[in-house]
Amino acid sequence: MESWRRATAAFAAFAGPTTLWLMVFFLVPLGIIWVYSFGENVSLTEIKTTWTWSNYARIFEPEIATLFWRTLWLSGIATVVCLIVGYPVALSIATAEAKWKPWLLLVIMLPFWTNLLIRTYAMLNILGAQGRLNDVIGWVWAAGDGLASLVGLDGLFGERFQPVTFLGTQLGVVIGLVYVQLPFAILPLYSSMERLDRSYLEASMDLGAGQFRTFFLVLVPLTSAGLVTAAIITFIPALGSFLTPDLLGRGQVDMIANVIERQFKKANDWPFGSALSLFLLYVTFIVLAVKAIIDMQAAKRRRS
Amino acid sequence: MIRKPISRRAALMGMGAVGLTFTMPKRGQAAGGKVNFYNWDTYIGETTLADFTAATGIEVQYDLYADNDELFAKLKNGNPGYDLIVPTNDYVERMIIADMLSPIDHAKIPNMKNIDKNFLNPAFDPGRKFSIPYMWGTIGIGYRKSKVSSVPDSWAALYTSDEYAGRIAMLSDGQNVFGMALKLMGKSLNDWTPENIKAAEEMVIAQKKNIVAFAPDNGQDLLLSGEVDVVMEWNGDILQVMEEDEDIGYVLPKEGGLLWEDALAIPKGGPNPEGAHELINFILEPEVGKSIAEFIYYASPNAAAKAIADPDYTGNPAIFPPEEAVGKSETFKFPGQDIVQAIDEAWTRVKAAG
Repeated sequence: MESWRRATAAFAAFAGPTTLWLMVFFLVPLGIIWVYSFGENVSLTEIKTTWTWSNYARIFEPEIATLFWRTLWLSGIATVVCLIVGYPVALSIATAEAKWKPWLLLVIMLPFWTNLLIRTYAMLNILGAQGRLNDVIGWVWAAGDGLASLVGLDGLFGERFQPVTFLGTQLGVVIGLVYVQLPFAILPLYSSMERLDRSYLEASMDLGAGQFRTFFLVLVPLTSAGLVTAAIITFIPALGSFLTPDLLGRGQVDMIANVIERQFKKANDWPFGSALSLFLLYVTFIVLAVKAIIDMQAAKRRRS
Repeated sequence: MIRKPISRRAALMGMGAVGLTFTMPKRGQAAGGKVNFYNWDTYIGETTLADFTAATGIEVQYDLYADNDELFAKLKNGNPGYDLIVPTNDYVERMIIADMLSPIDHAKIPNMKNIDKNFLNPAFDPGRKFSIPYMWGTIGIGYRKSKVSSVPDSWAALYTSDEYAGRIAMLSDGQNVFGMALKLMGKSLNDWTPENIKAAEEMVIAQKKNIVAFAPDNGQDLLLSGEVDVVMEWNGDILQVMEEDEDIGYVLPKEGGLLWEDALAIPKGGPNPEGAHELINFILEPEVGKSIAEFIYYASPNAAAKAIADPDYTGNPAIFPPEEAVGKSETFKFPGQDIVQAIDEAWTRVKAAG
């Protein structure tokens, strides 16, 4: 193949539009936001760039810090749940018969053909006090109650069924985040398992390490790169979640993106909104830097 | 160091890419051709716009927004091409302050004579230089009749009482939520002293455990589905669900609530102000005003339209509440950017609490 360095015209033809796109629609707006974040509101429509740090200082006020912490916490929980739930799913797809694989992957991807807003409204229907999930829990409760009264323990589970409150709670928001992010966790896990040399697993089993030890001491370490990618690709978008806390949290479990949204609308405070957005971006960079360090150390280990 | 504010064009481009989506209306030709009308969803008669086109030959490019903040954010950095907008009174005031509205030429709107005299000289736009009243209403309490001990005709039912614990929803807007708290305290909802903001904030935080939702414009659905029994809402939203369920009622609390008015206004820099004037005049025709009001079921300030409207509409107490409660109600005044920020900070503390 001809080197790109020699074919500069071809290189420019391919890279030019993308670079331009990236400049005009990503770097320039990001720069504007960056400049705004050092600005002050001087009138309703005017922002003066005074290179003040006050917008950044406000991030450390207790209520904003609380909401940032809540955002990290909820995203973190959702990520862990995604990995725990996603790992066996990815494993079963990776070990399925070849003819089934595309279909199983399709099932994972299918929800993405529906708009997030519609999926979130569907979740409202499922998680509501009179929602489908509570129908199922109520049915299980009735069955358990029936059994209890058979053995003379009437009212063991309470007088009557109380629907579980999901909406407006952290639990409901985490369920929503997991639902949205799960496919992002499954796909990198699947691809790392797909590339895995099965003979390692066979060797481990042949040499007498049981299923359990093979799983934790061989399979998990060999797919650790997939785990890290899955964690990052789940965690970072979760940090910016806006719709899920807004609808499933019912305004009771706001995350930081809800505060950012208000700055650009209701509060009409673009400088502070910009500072918050950029701070969120810096948090993302930190997460990515941690991954880079993990990768580097892994590479060092392989060399030594 | 002081720099010039960022140019409007650049900022607009930036916004498009960072996710604050801008729907750009197609630019109409000069007068006659087309009017770009930017309005709230479900806020016009079924055939109003088609009738207008049939009567005048002017086409209407119709776009929708969900709230005043969206409208304001879109126009803030320059008009992307709208001729006619429908901001609520406090945003009319903001836009006048920010020099975003064109004066309205009353000579081109002879149908102004149809408007109720009480609406012709409001505090937010003396002399109606920039805005023509379109619809008005109140924020009060929607409730499920079979689940309340008595008509919840005080804000105390939502703000301080435990009676409806776990069955309360409020609007998701700090200024509205704190404003009604001020009414309950017997104060003006425009009295935003730091002490009052603090008192309102503490009242809401103390009640937060009893509140199920700060509902972003769907409190009426929560009421309809039975998830809550009392809800702070716009009267128009409660009216919609009252149509579906006879067990739902609406009351403007005795302390008074919020009075609001949406007004037709012409933003500066639109391509067709002439056409906008024609459309305003058309909307003020008695027959047209009647058909809009009867369809969207908000209170019309158009006296001539009200005179010929269906008694079911004019006699509905949720649309036209008792005079006494209306008398105690107030419209929001724009409190200034610093106060808006202070309210938002207090609201963030409510959101972060618990």
